[in-house]
Amino acid sequence: MTRYSIASLVRNAFRDHEDWPRVWRSAEPKAAYDVVIVGAGGHGLATAYYLAKEHGITNVAVLEKGWLGGGNTGRNTTIIRSNYLFDESAALYDHAVKLWEGLSQELNYNVMYSPRGVMMLAHTIHDVQVFKRHVHANRLAGVDNEWLTPQEAKAFCPPLNIGAGMRYPVLGAALQRRGGTARHDAVAWGYARGADARGVDIVENCEVTGIRRDASGAVTGVETTRGPVRAGKVGVVAAGHTSVLMQMAGVRLPLESYPLQALVSEPVKPVFPCVVMSNTIHAYISQSDRGELVIGAGTDAYISYTQRGALHIAQHTLDAICELFPQFRRLRMLRNWGGIVDVTPDRSPILARTPVRGLYVNCGWGTGGFKATPGSGQLFAWTIAKDEPHPINAPFTIERFRDGVLIDEAAAAAVAH
Amino acid sequence: MLLIPCPYCGPRPELEFRYAGEAHIARAEDPSLLDDEAWSAYLYVRSNPKGLHAERWQHVHGCGRFFNALRDTTNDAFSATYRIGAPKPDLPQPNDKTDAS
Repeated sequence: MTRYSIASLVRNAFRDHEDWPRVWRSAEPKAAYDVVIVGAGGHGLATAYYLAKEHGITNVAVLEKGWLGGGNTGRNTTIIRSNYLFDESAALYDHAVKLWEGLSQELNYNVMYSPRGVMMLAHTIHDVQVFKRHVHANRLAGVDNEWLTPQEAKAFCPPLNIGAGMRYPVLGAALQRRGGTARHDAVAWGYARGADARGVDIVENCEVTGIRRDASGAVTGVETTRGPVRAGKVGVVAAGHTSVLMQMAGVRLPLESYPLQALVSEPVKPVFPCVVMSNTIHAYISQSDRGELVIGAGTDAYISYTQRGALHIAQHTLDAICELFPQFRRLRMLRNWGGIVDVTPDRSPILARTPVRGLYVNCGWGTGGFKATPGSGQLFAWTIAKDEPHPINAPFTIERFRDGVLIDEAAAAAVAH
Repeated sequence: MLLIPCPYCGPRPELEFRYAGEAHIARAEDPSLLDDEAWSAYLYVRSNPKGLHAERWQHVHGCGRFFNALRDTTNDAFSATYRIGAPKPDLPQPNDKTDAS
């Protein structure tokens, strides 16, 4: 692996940037691996990276039915934050934020993590009470979060309309300064490069069509469109398609898959300094380094695998954006797309062993998995390598639904689902 | 936006309807007889298929009635709608290889 540095940049500049080596190999699947990860998105690639780096397990394949990072990793609105209500969630997401802070150095790859602040707007008395409760709960849990008046919110984000004539006036905001954004593609590419350099095979265009088990029920490998692959352990990290894959091993999960939409505007000069989320009127917005306003919309009401969403969902979000930021009314939208998100009943992820020996699952991140990518990968690698959960992900089991110990962020995650 | 064929009113735009989750999930006659596993399966586990899905809709801004529908989750096309209490139509699973995802 070529180490990126100012010296390598200068050296390649003199060669017209024509000699940069490939960032990862295009691997053929071998007959057998110690661990097979299904899904080469950010979470799956991070899992492979940490398996190799922290647990010395390098005989690993990451199988991907499409192309690397082509699912929700490349479709989300790149928001990073950890201001969740419950201690279990705050610990899980804050662990990820701590990894984000050093990730570019860790990977020697610029993931463009930008802690520009995530500001959540309150529009009703109920919002104000809920967000203040969040602020206090977060501070007790050691997670930064602070309450802003409407004037302070406008000072932090000058484009914000706090006028009195709004249908849903801004009554205040909760601000997490360590929150922000990162470049989603770079996260997948950086982890792919790091994993590949440690010997992990990343196999694209290789769809898993079956999960093999022996007479005792334990996993022995997978069937793929490029032939069978034996494996001692299989980790499924397939977002919206997790139900389909787990069904192959006879495991039914409390998951439903919904299309979630996002859209970007035409690029404009830097006009938007932070991330603003409004859950009550449903809008998320930030500006990419390319100048596009990145806007997150909601999920469709019904389950679907179509990777698109209904027009009225996007229009609803744009209505909210135009009220909060009237100056954006004349911007045109450039692209609109959908991703399939797997949603659990309590809106918290499942990151755990399964009832099938040798089969592990990392799913249920719903509408907000990108922010957790580094932490999710590190904890899932631990879970697979040691066959037991790390203390941080120990509460995020499948059995919590049977045992009644939900981590019920459905009402508390400060986002509308 | 979907065009949904209400079995009572005919095809109407999606905005008139409310989705009400997977169909044919019956509550046990006596829930106290269920163990935790069966109760949590009733409450939380759903089939979430990539293909035909039997689901409930309510024509909330129309006749107000609930009905069941079969919809292909790979392309959102409705293949049948039927009244509550009627048996699920026996249609073949569509070939999900047509899905471009």
